[in-house]
Amino acid sequence: MDILQIVIVIAVLGLLVKPLGTYVYHVFSNESNWTDRIFSRVERIIYALIGLKKREGMTWKTYALSVIAANVVLVAIGYVLLRIQGGLLLNPSGNANMESTLSFNTIISFMTNTNLQHYSGESGVTYLTQMAVITMMMFTSAATGFSVAVAFVRGITSKGRTIGNFFEDFVKGHVRIFLPISFLMTLVLVALQVPQTLDPTLVVTTLQGVTQHIPMGPVASLETIKHIGTNGGGFFGVNSAHPFENPSGITNVLEILMMWALPASLPYMFGRFARNRKQGWVIFSAMMALFLVFVSLTYFSEKAGSPAMNAIGIDVSQGSMEGKEVRFGIAQSALFTAVTTAATTGSVNNMHDTLTPLGGIAPLAQMMLNCVFGGKGVGLMNMLMYAMLGVFLCGLMVGRTPEFLGRKIEPREMKLIAIAILAHPLIILAPTAIAFMTELGKGSISNPNFHGITQVLYEYTSSAANNGSGFEGLADNTPFWNITTGLVMFFGRYISMIAMLAVAGSLVRKTHVPETIGTFRTDNALFTGILVGTVLLIGALTFLPVIALGPVAEYLTLR
Amino acid sequence: MKQVSEMGSGNVNGSRGGAAWSGSVWAVAARAGIVFIILCGLVYPLVSTGAAQLLFPHQANGSLLENQEGQVVGSELIGQQFTDPAYFQGRISSIDYKAEGSGTNNYGPSNADLLARVHASIEEWKKANPDVSVDRVPIALLTNSGSGLDPHITPESAVVQIPRISKLTGVSADQLTKLVDQYTEGRDLGVFGDPRVNVLKLNLALKEYVK
Repeated sequence: MDILQIVIVIAVLGLLVKPLGTYVYHVFSNESNWTDRIFSRVERIIYALIGLKKREGMTWKTYALSVIAANVVLVAIGYVLLRIQGGLLLNPSGNANMESTLSFNTIISFMTNTNLQHYSGESGVTYLTQMAVITMMMFTSAATGFSVAVAFVRGITSKGRTIGNFFEDFVKGHVRIFLPISFLMTLVLVALQVPQTLDPTLVVTTLQGVTQHIPMGPVASLETIKHIGTNGGGFFGVNSAHPFENPSGITNVLEILMMWALPASLPYMFGRFARNRKQGWVIFSAMMALFLVFVSLTYFSEKAGSPAMNAIGIDVSQGSMEGKEVRFGIAQSALFTAVTTAATTGSVNNMHDTLTPLGGIAPLAQMMLNCVFGGKGVGLMNMLMYAMLGVFLCGLMVGRTPEFLGRKIEPREMKLIAIAILAHPLIILAPTAIAFMTELGKGSISNPNFHGITQVLYEYTSSAANNGSGFEGLADNTPFWNITTGLVMFFGRYISMIAMLAVAGSLVRKTHVPETIGTFRTDNALFTGILVGTVLLIGALTFLPVIALGPVAEYLTLR
Repeated sequence: MKQVSEMGSGNVNGSRGGAAWSGSVWAVAARAGIVFIILCGLVYPLVSTGAAQLLFPHQANGSLLENQEGQVVGSELIGQQFTDPAYFQGRISSIDYKAEGSGTNNYGPSNADLLARVHASIEEWKKANPDVSVDRVPIALLTNSGSGLDPHITPESAVVQIPRISKLTGVSADQLTKLVDQYTEGRDLGVFGDPRVNVLKLNLALKEYVK
């Protein structure tokens, strides 16, 4: 039954990819379709409100500047709101203003689609900031990532000088994708018992006569965009493990599909843009192949449990249940863990800190690779980056100029790709090393020995991949962690985004190389294999040593 | 891929060769910021709240449970602390089911504190349940849930508590088994999630039974 429920969810995802990918393609290709009538009126009002008179295409530099400008404005307003939230409206529980380094961390975290949370939702923010800062940024950061990915795809599949208009993409992402889907799914989640209210914390006397404070709030509306936008920041401290955020097996499946369906359908959208659907399926297959390896690793090692616990003499047939919820069991917990770190959402329905050593490698590795489906748009961009790298490596081996989608991949593109690929491990490994060298870093570790190494490594990997889940035992709400992870999230988001836009800006101007019999094909099974191999090769070369120090060492020493 | 299309962004078509967008990026960004804070940060959650309250008031307000006298005793989704051995007990909670927070100690599998805690629970179990051997106790009952608020236990975790509760309440084991069966919820749609028993609901029913 365990494996069956995992297979069913994957099958449903497979059914969603084509219709959803087609829809997203229609939205961003500006081909007219049936949804225009519904949405274009709303969009015209928004274009007028924001003063977007003409919607001409932008060069990559203008596009990148627009991304930065829009994000800077939201960061500034959001930061101020967090700092003065205590005195504003909609604060029935009387929560205080947020401290400055924590506000810095929080605002970067949400703007970069990371949603690493060093505050606890029950007491750290108010209803107003839950909505106007946290929920708002879940939309805008997702739409930002989506827009950049679409612009990148345009760059590598079309010809001209421009890669689209950022503000137009940004508005369309909201109006045609994120807002309507979120609203509908909010009502579905409420029907399935996720609260949605503005009432303050409820005080009840329990059956045994103890007073219990039950915090509630507008949970469902945050829960939907948290997943649809692959954000991951929870309303409550324990995120989707909290029974109000995720009350049953069926809400768990819905949340998995909400975070997974859009990233999984982007390769198909890419295939439509490239006028070569097989090319889209090649990318999708590479992602799915990697995913299946990691979800199996987590499931089987959680099911087998920890040898230390298994030796105690209780009935351990269920698997490793520490940090997991009964309603999800091992199957739904393992699947959620694999999907949330593949799609870089970062919501959790079980505590990743309590995972068995091998079960914990899967989430860590998927964030290190950062291209197994990946977050809003970013995963597709990273996978295409690996595709170009794969083409380049093959080109070197046979001594030909590498081509991808009919364009030559030349030194300028390879340099930009190298920057993006090298930035990721650098901003993970360097701060991890710094944290171990300082008392400020080491002092926060809560689990002894090798597991402590994994705690620190996981925190920075999650920040760099803009995932946001954590090995939550780490006492990370200190200025040291707030500032270092804030910077890592910032660089993790914008370095690769700008490098990729530059690649797009450069490819969009290239002349098309006609296809000949000697052209290296990138839309067949062989290339899928090369792509998976490239991803694993680069990932293993970079990260295996540190994985050996953390989870592998813990696995080998756990008795 | 015979020919690279010039499609890709409708508005780009017109501008090819012509001037690219040259508006003021910062002015549009500032206005867009305000529009989207209002739209996504206020309109969306408030309209959602209104619709949810109208359509599903019970669920939207936390699925509260009442006892026979009509008093609210909690939410069916939020677990409660049961220390009285005459009640079915829930899972370990490092926060004692205090719902103003949520979480666990986040013990890694190699943490000695985790094993010490489980050993202590086993000793307690032996004292309170001399009739049920430790190897029958399911792991779920002696481990901390992720939220610390898990409202459920596995059906087996309820079954192993029956001898103790029968002895303390005088309700026969057969009747208690029936009660547990009645409150066992299957997998959602027959496949998703694990079978479970809601501890608060079960204890509410048990309380009526004992009366």
